[in-house]
Amino acid sequence: MSELLRSEGLRRDAPAVPDDDGGPPPIVARTTRALVRGSGRLGRFIVRKWRTSLQFRVVVTTILLGLLVVGLLGTYLFRAIGTGLENDRIHASQLDARRQTTQAVASFQSTAATSIDSLTNSAKTILNGLAGPDQTRYVVFTRGLRNTNSRVLGSIGLPDSLISRSLREAVSADPSRQHTQVIQIDDPAGGSRVPAVVVGSQIDLSLVGPYDLYFIYPMYSETLTLERIARSFLIGGFILILLVGAVAWVVARQVVVPVRRASVVAERLAAGNLGERMSSRGHDELALLGTSFNAMADGLQTQIHQLESLSRVQQRFVSDVSHELRTPLTTIRMAADLIHDSRNDFEPGIARSTELLHNELDRFEDLLADLLEISRFDAGAAALDTDPTDLRAVVDKVVSATGSLARVRGSQIQVLQDGTSAVAEVDPRRVERILRNLLVNAVEHGDGLPVTVHLSGNDTAVAVVVEDHGVGLRPGEASLVFNRFWRADPARARTTGGTGLGLAISLEDARLHSGWLQAWGEPGAGSRFRLTLPRHTDSPIVTSPLPLSSPGLRRRT
Amino acid sequence: MKGSVLIVDDDLALAEMLGIVLRSEGLDVTHVANGSEAVGVFREVRPDLVLLDVMLPGMDGMEICRRIRAESGVPIVMLTARTDTVDVVVGLENGADDYVVKPFKSQELIARLRARLRRTDDPEPERLEVGDLVIDVAGHSVKRNGVRLGLTPLEFDLLVALARKPRQVFSRELLLEQVWGYRHAGDTRLVNVHVQRLRSKIERDPEHPEIVVTVRGVGYKAGPS
Repeated sequence: MSELLRSEGLRRDAPAVPDDDGGPPPIVARTTRALVRGSGRLGRFIVRKWRTSLQFRVVVTTILLGLLVVGLLGTYLFRAIGTGLENDRIHASQLDARRQTTQAVASFQSTAATSIDSLTNSAKTILNGLAGPDQTRYVVFTRGLRNTNSRVLGSIGLPDSLISRSLREAVSADPSRQHTQVIQIDDPAGGSRVPAVVVGSQIDLSLVGPYDLYFIYPMYSETLTLERIARSFLIGGFILILLVGAVAWVVARQVVVPVRRASVVAERLAAGNLGERMSSRGHDELALLGTSFNAMADGLQTQIHQLESLSRVQQRFVSDVSHELRTPLTTIRMAADLIHDSRNDFEPGIARSTELLHNELDRFEDLLADLLEISRFDAGAAALDTDPTDLRAVVDKVVSATGSLARVRGSQIQVLQDGTSAVAEVDPRRVERILRNLLVNAVEHGDGLPVTVHLSGNDTAVAVVVEDHGVGLRPGEASLVFNRFWRADPARARTTGGTGLGLAISLEDARLHSGWLQAWGEPGAGSRFRLTLPRHTDSPIVTSPLPLSSPGLRRRT
Repeated sequence: MKGSVLIVDDDLALAEMLGIVLRSEGLDVTHVANGSEAVGVFREVRPDLVLLDVMLPGMDGMEICRRIRAESGVPIVMLTARTDTVDVVVGLENGADDYVVKPFKSQELIARLRARLRRTDDPEPERLEVGDLVIDVAGHSVKRNGVRLGLTPLEFDLLVALARKPRQVFSRELLLEQVWGYRHAGDTRLVNVHVQRLRSKIERDPEHPEIVVTVRGVGYKAGPS
């Protein structure tokens, strides 16, 4: 009974498994993979959760690590308890077997049997007395392996096939000692196999020679105890895992919630709500995060406000200068017009000066207008006034307006269009300005060669490509052409009255439409400018209907 | 070109230059530099046209515009250095007929003034009907059921231009050319604003116009759609 009591005590201790650190668990990855394989949708959900939720990851990792630790620890304790129980049982069995054997030897000595039959009968009686009550002990009595006596007892009790050959040999080899072995026997009460302790020793019967006496002690109660312990371990471990998971969830939440809040606040900040701040209470690390975050936001806000006011002052200045210049310029303009109208009355030098004055005033005016336009874009004051417009009509209008310049330059302007519709929601005034800029540029840089205007549309966009065969663009220049006051070749003599702001304004106009304006060119082969505009202001361009580059653009020979 | 023009502008050089150019076109010119005197001088001189600078000391050009319009239908052309949408629209809503952006060319200004002063030339006697309105072109009157409607000369010109060719659709650009005397493309908002003003005076329900009808994507026309 002492073993049983001890094992009871152990069982009570079982839930108090100490928490211990486990090594990196390969089981985590394997389990995750298994889950993914398990069910497509659930798997995808878990994978997404795993990627997006720190809290989920912490909880899952903790649970998996907990499982590993509890599993390893449980297995170790279970083994230790099992071994202890078995050893106790072996020890007790050996004591009991010795006592019983001594008693049996005494009984045999007290019999006065002289024939085989009477000895067999006596042995039966003695062995029946040895077999324990209620199946706690079985007895096998068999002839020793090295017994050379010619007389043999009849079969008594259980068959010797229950005893392993190795034990029997061990007993015969060293008959003076007890020999013990643990074996599996079929539960005579039915059901599964059960471990049992076999203790064997030899009795020398004068009539028939040495006989082996084996006691088999099935470990029913120990098996039952171990089963109970295992069940307790499973339940305890399960509860422990749940507990650990819950703790991890709470802890992770304490960290994750402020981080999520920080992310929301940061997003609002990025969206332009510069007044957005985090609440930071206490003195812990998370409060520190809040404080640092707010300090950063303060710094950003100050910087942005400074830059904004600086930029506002500058834009205001450009705008004011442009405006203030306009009134005196008007007077000069009118005076120059008046003088210009009567230039025929002047001597040639003065007449020519008048013409120069008149022409340069035009250029000055254009420059001023463009500067003002750019300052309006910079100030964000440019507004889009859209109307469903057929770009074909706009192209025709611009082509005819550029006709006189093209004739002077000797260029022919050709319009190519496929059958697609070119109607889009655009600001016709701005689109006309873009196309006029592109076409005038193409004619001016086209070296008198034909200029082609391509027009096409698709589901989302309408595109116009203006192509010339002039000097073209060197590598890297395609992005520079839209810079303010940029010139391809500073040394090149300026022959036309461009302000240097035309393409910059065009780019701003295109951007205002959420459209694209791009340039492509090859030195000596020509250049292409592509304007792509969305058909509807609220739906973005997917692809442009026309290619930007043209491999067909051949170098001039 | 006959007629008298009141120039309201604080920039003396520009005002003098304007005077020289306008006089050479045969117009009588009166100049006032201070905004607060402008309305008084206007009442005294009774000009055929007012050329008004928007930025003035004393009284704001917009305010002068509103006050003159309150008592007279005289054509008002604003001189502005700003082309910002809001300024222009506010000026037009205060009753200006047209605006010229500095710097402008003398020819452009004169063309616009001529368009505004054209009505002083003697027109042919002409009678037009559109909807339930009767227009006497020579007498500069529009009547509904015998009741005279008060239109400014510009609004009258706009209505006549549309009514002369009923059911023809006029693009905004064409109206700018015919009514305002633009020789190049101009600001089509001018047309929109004045059509709204005209409608508020002649339509029974300006929200659902029946006389000046919008043709979407093209322009306007007179008569039922």
